[in-house]
Amino acid sequence: MTDRKMVTLTVEGRQVQVPEGTSMLEAAKVAGVLIPHYCYHPGLPVAGVCRMCLVEVEKAPKLAAACATAVADGQVVHVHSDVAREARQGVLEMLLINHPLDCPICDQSGECELQDYTFAEGRKDSRYQEAKRFNPVEDFGGDVLYVPNRCILCTRCVRFMEDVAHDPVLNVSERGDRAVIGKFEGQDLTHPWAGNVVELCPVGALLSKDFLNKARSWDLDRAASICPNCTQGCNSALESRDNVVVRMRPRPNDDVNKFFLCDEGRLNYRWLNRRDRVEFPHVRRADALAPIDWDVAVEAAATALRGRRVFVLASPSLSNEVLFLLSRVIARVGGAGAFRVRHGPEAPLDGVPGLSLRADRAANVQGAGLLGFRNSETPLDGVAAGDALLIVDEELAGVDASALSAAVARAGAVVVIGTTLPPWARDATVVLPIANMAEEEGTFTNVQGRVQRYLQAKAAPGLARPGYAAVGDLLAALGEAAVYFLPADVFRALAVAHPPFAGMTYETLGLRGSVVSTGAGSPAVAAAPT
Amino acid sequence: MGFPHKSHPRENTVLSKHFGDSDALTLSGWRNRGGYRALEQALALEPAAIVQMVRESGLRGRGGAGFPTGTKWSFMKPGDGRPHYLCCNADESEPGTFKDREIMRWTPHALVEGCAIGAYAIGAETAYVYIRGEFTEPLQRMTEAVRDAYAEGILGKNALGSGKRIDVHIHKGAGAYICGEETALMNSLEGRRGNPRIKPPFPAVAGLFGQPTTINNVETLVAVPHIINNGAEWYKAMSFGNPKSTGTKLYSVCGNVRRPGNYEVDMGFPFKEFLYDLCGGPLPGRRFKAIIPGGSSVPIQTIAEAEATVMDYEGFVAGGTMLGSGGVICIDDAQCMVKQIARLARFYAHESCAQCTQCREGTAWTTKIMERIEAGQGTAADLDTLLEIADNMTAKTICVLSDSCAVPVVSGINKFRDEFEAHITQRRCPFRPASTAAAVAA
Repeated sequence: MTDRKMVTLTVEGRQVQVPEGTSMLEAAKVAGVLIPHYCYHPGLPVAGVCRMCLVEVEKAPKLAAACATAVADGQVVHVHSDVAREARQGVLEMLLINHPLDCPICDQSGECELQDYTFAEGRKDSRYQEAKRFNPVEDFGGDVLYVPNRCILCTRCVRFMEDVAHDPVLNVSERGDRAVIGKFEGQDLTHPWAGNVVELCPVGALLSKDFLNKARSWDLDRAASICPNCTQGCNSALESRDNVVVRMRPRPNDDVNKFFLCDEGRLNYRWLNRRDRVEFPHVRRADALAPIDWDVAVEAAATALRGRRVFVLASPSLSNEVLFLLSRVIARVGGAGAFRVRHGPEAPLDGVPGLSLRADRAANVQGAGLLGFRNSETPLDGVAAGDALLIVDEELAGVDASALSAAVARAGAVVVIGTTLPPWARDATVVLPIANMAEEEGTFTNVQGRVQRYLQAKAAPGLARPGYAAVGDLLAALGEAAVYFLPADVFRALAVAHPPFAGMTYETLGLRGSVVSTGAGSPAVAAAPT
Repeated sequence: MGFPHKSHPRENTVLSKHFGDSDALTLSGWRNRGGYRALEQALALEPAAIVQMVRESGLRGRGGAGFPTGTKWSFMKPGDGRPHYLCCNADESEPGTFKDREIMRWTPHALVEGCAIGAYAIGAETAYVYIRGEFTEPLQRMTEAVRDAYAEGILGKNALGSGKRIDVHIHKGAGAYICGEETALMNSLEGRRGNPRIKPPFPAVAGLFGQPTTINNVETLVAVPHIINNGAEWYKAMSFGNPKSTGTKLYSVCGNVRRPGNYEVDMGFPFKEFLYDLCGGPLPGRRFKAIIPGGSSVPIQTIAEAEATVMDYEGFVAGGTMLGSGGVICIDDAQCMVKQIARLARFYAHESCAQCTQCREGTAWTTKIMERIEAGQGTAADLDTLLEIADNMTAKTICVLSDSCAVPVVSGINKFRDEFEAHITQRRCPFRPASTAAAVAA
């Protein structure tokens, strides 16, 4: 790549250097100045139609649209001069003349750019006395509802479908103030990534049917997370209200998912709110599982494992931290570990190379492989007679019942560490309840080997504890000297023990993650299922 | 000529010489009148020589902006390895303008020849003529002319036996005003929605199909064969002395005037004589009140301003307006300016492509206020609001449609404020008989 020439300009009195060809709007970001805008989105081609980003450029005959104007050397740009402010105020007034005053019942309220900029620099009143235009709400198919009265015709949705999804379903229909976003005849927003138009919409015109009327945005708690639904590891934000996850949205990460999240990932969050959780540790008393204290249960689990070879069947959606501690359990008492992956159809987003809903529908297949677990379609075959079978957060849905009962019969003891208690788990010796991914902190390794952190979004039910704490205590009961207070402690030990993770800490990962080193040229790719 | 009227002795009929002469429609008839001789000469010249000749002639764009044609052509870099295109803008949708229609109706071969020379001069093998869909007769005439020119080997891969390829395609628009904007026209030609594009890049860098493109008005291109035949000096001499505005100009005259029609005069003709001598002045018993001299997008002149104006690019600017497309709209003292301006605003509101906020919302809002004032429901504050909306619509959008809507409103309020105020104070249109107003109000 050739070095691009650098251009120096002044934005709001701050001098910045940016590569030639950069737009004024992006250059202003470098200077720490937000130029208000609607139609511009860094993930979409420039349209330059909302005219909100008009700025004053010294010596230029007229105002420039900052999104569509390339920087030039020595340019002096004024974003908050009277002329520029008045131009934006004019745009805001025009955008509002036909916009309903229905913020109190609008889902976008509180996260609406029209609201924000109007509040920041709009007029206090409207001079518009005529009737507002009216168009009925339309179901756009998929998860998307279109409320044309709120639409500001920024065309972000049209450009996303055309230039990113390569499925041009949307258009601008009609002309003048009759214009609305239209759908081509007989087509719907059924593209697997179409739901992104809801996030791209800067106002309340495109809404998620799933989130419709569920919560006011200011009542939501937000946590940086990773979508756990496939190996792509799209950065997401989990939003919860009163300890219930109500929405998952994309969180930008240029290296993974740009600004996007697929519909399957976005809508598959309800399992994080399951009500049939196991909330207390249990041990077998005669014929039934009885709730008991954590210390007793951990000791019972350690007893079940002592003196036996252990076979760990782990979920490939467990964190690197839990998988690492499980690998330590295997190392202490001897044995092996395996996992199985649920599959689904791939769904790439054509306009973003390397971004796809992956066939492996689990968050941490790569991490499980790197930490020594074997990918197998029939993992229970690995259970030898007399083994302690340790099943961690795996419901064994769809596993052949006879193979399951045979494996359980072969095993000397069955210890379950999990979030739920499926019917077969009622035969377990010990059950330790753990948090699901929304209730704990940890890391996943995605399909490209990128290790990414996710943060806690809600509280775990009952006495359930984060997986690393449960397995850490079990390890301690088995005699391991190391003590892990925090997931960061576990990760530090993991990074020391496993060369691909060498040098990584939670601090260096930050919220963008970093890629595992592949050592002597060996690609960090999990073994194919055997 | 003032077709359908007889040519006035003070006209200089260069482009309009054969208007009404149906023999000129056929290829043989056109050849008998000297047709395609310029193309033959041009094909023997280097393209750069043609560009130079056009530059020296002082020919400027007749579509409205008045950009020097030779300079525009010189932006097309020869030998850049990319296909070049010539677009002929025959969308002529500016209200009050109908000169290109007559050119294509009566002298279609003149345009074919102009396109062929223009294409050759800019290094293009293909020219597209974008004709508005409502022009059924010009479309038919142009289609026939192109067909005949191909049949005679004037166009095609060996144009006039020169070994050079020149193709001319006729494209029928679907009747959108905005498709007369050059980049919207290109989008429309490409099969996209006719939305103007952001500039830069300019068409000479990335135009039609992303390739270097020159776009010229019909009247500009039909002037080119005459320049080739008679030389740049001859063309330059057709002027009342202003070296920046040369050649003849066709004006379409309509409205409250005795002899509406097309008139061709040299640049610099006195507007007063044009209006009263050539066009016959106002209808009996009426007086001119206002003139819109260059199509509906230019500022309105009071008749006093118009009478003092000289008809060339600089002269109209000095008169507070623009030459524009040469569509002269005459308004007499029996007309209500508020009603006229409201009608213009409605036109722009209908034709806005809806891309830019100020245009999409501003044109419609302006229309609503204008119509409210005309209906006697206006307030004094409305005039200030109109002027502020117009300011918001000026020089802030991708193309100038928004500005064009603001222009008549601003010039109308500034020059005919008394009429606006009469509507507001009398709470009715003073030009409408009181009984009618009462009936409307009831």
